[in-house]
Amino acid sequence: MLLTKREAQLLIAVASATAMMTAAYVAAQAVAMDEQVIKITARKFAFTPHDVQLKKGVPVILEFTTQDVFMGFNAPDLGVRADIVPGKTTRLRVLPAKVGKVEFLCDVFCGSGHEEMNGMITVLD
Amino acid sequence: MSNAIDRRDFLKLAGLGGVVFASGLPGFALAAGQDEFYFVQLSDCHWGFEGPPNPDAKGTLKKAITTVNALERQPDFIIFTGDLTHTTDDPAERRRRLSEFTQIASDLKVKTVRFMPGEHDSALDNSAAYREFFGATTYTFDHKGVHFIVVDNVSDAGASMGGEQLEWLAADLRQQKTDSPIVVFAHRPLFALYPQWDWATRDGARAIDLLLPYKNLTVFYGHIHQEHHHMTGHIAHHAAKSLIFPLPVAGSVPKRAPLAWDASEPYKGLGFRGVSVDTQSGQTALSEFTVVKKAQANATDKT
Repeated sequence: MLLTKREAQLLIAVASATAMMTAAYVAAQAVAMDEQVIKITARKFAFTPHDVQLKKGVPVILEFTTQDVFMGFNAPDLGVRADIVPGKTTRLRVLPAKVGKVEFLCDVFCGSGHEEMNGMITVLD
Repeated sequence: MSNAIDRRDFLKLAGLGGVVFASGLPGFALAAGQDEFYFVQLSDCHWGFEGPPNPDAKGTLKKAITTVNALERQPDFIIFTGDLTHTTDDPAERRRRLSEFTQIASDLKVKTVRFMPGEHDSALDNSAAYREFFGATTYTFDHKGVHFIVVDNVSDAGASMGGEQLEWLAADLRQQKTDSPIVVFAHRPLFALYPQWDWATRDGARAIDLLLPYKNLTVFYGHIHQEHHHMTGHIAHHAAKSLIFPLPVAGSVPKRAPLAWDASEPYKGLGFRGVSVDTQSGQTALSEFTVVKKAQANATDKT
């Protein structure tokens, strides 16, 4: 699989993620049929859903789409982020390794209300 | 966050040649000697904002300008460190707000006034409207032997300075001696203050790496709507208060929502800063000012 420069940078960022959860940026064709996919829609100025519950040790794919404007997903405590581009699907594979809560936010300024565009990942036992 | 420091700690640093704080009384600590001058930093005016966090949104900037104009000794120059206007999706409205802001700022008695954008001014159109009013978003100038650098970490909606700007910054710094007095202005913090609230610059670490060889360099910024002081190595980073609404301390509450207006203490948490600069060492002395004097604030509350 050939990676773009941006995808390669994302993979490097993923490698530095904390032990809270491992995550990987995955190309659309790399999603296995049996993997759980959580679809998250970004729009001005909210993620839907904005409260995401995961189970410790169970890998999932976070699948982001937007029909709005260019946005971003960033979970700084995981060391991962991705652009969310209108008309495209962005997927992040995450493996929650530890119970707890992780904040995420839109880190691409998208207008008045951008500052309230955030959410929470809760990892349960 | 680990290098965040409070005023008391910073006073200790002052003894090591960093910076000193003074009270907000006009003229205090700003009576510069032969080898000093001072400038005023105004930040985050958000002209066009309306809402409960500031019932005097149309008056606060004007009152601050009146206070600046009343300073016993006028500064050599004034700089607005971004978010001159509150963002809008409407390009015409953005230009209207920039135009009104420009008109209000023209009431400053000091006529050397410098500007830079915040993400509210620039991120939705990559500074197109801002540049029509104020020109380039990155520039340098020299004043009495001190080198000033204005960087742009807001025109890119993703808060990156970008390789081209970093090369420009590196080339400019190469013209300076490592002991030259240098002041850098940014809108966002160059360090990762609290990325969970987007209080960071995506490639800010690369900028700081470029700044670190310079011994007498200080960074002033805005964006976080509160006074804040932080060290990256020997470099001090000072955030200024806003002129529209204060924000909470990073991570102190679940949401980065504006702090509520306190009718018993109008303009609480808002203000501006005077910075005295030693032209030889680059040492800075900071004076924090309220928007209006206490008596004026009470009078405003009654009307």
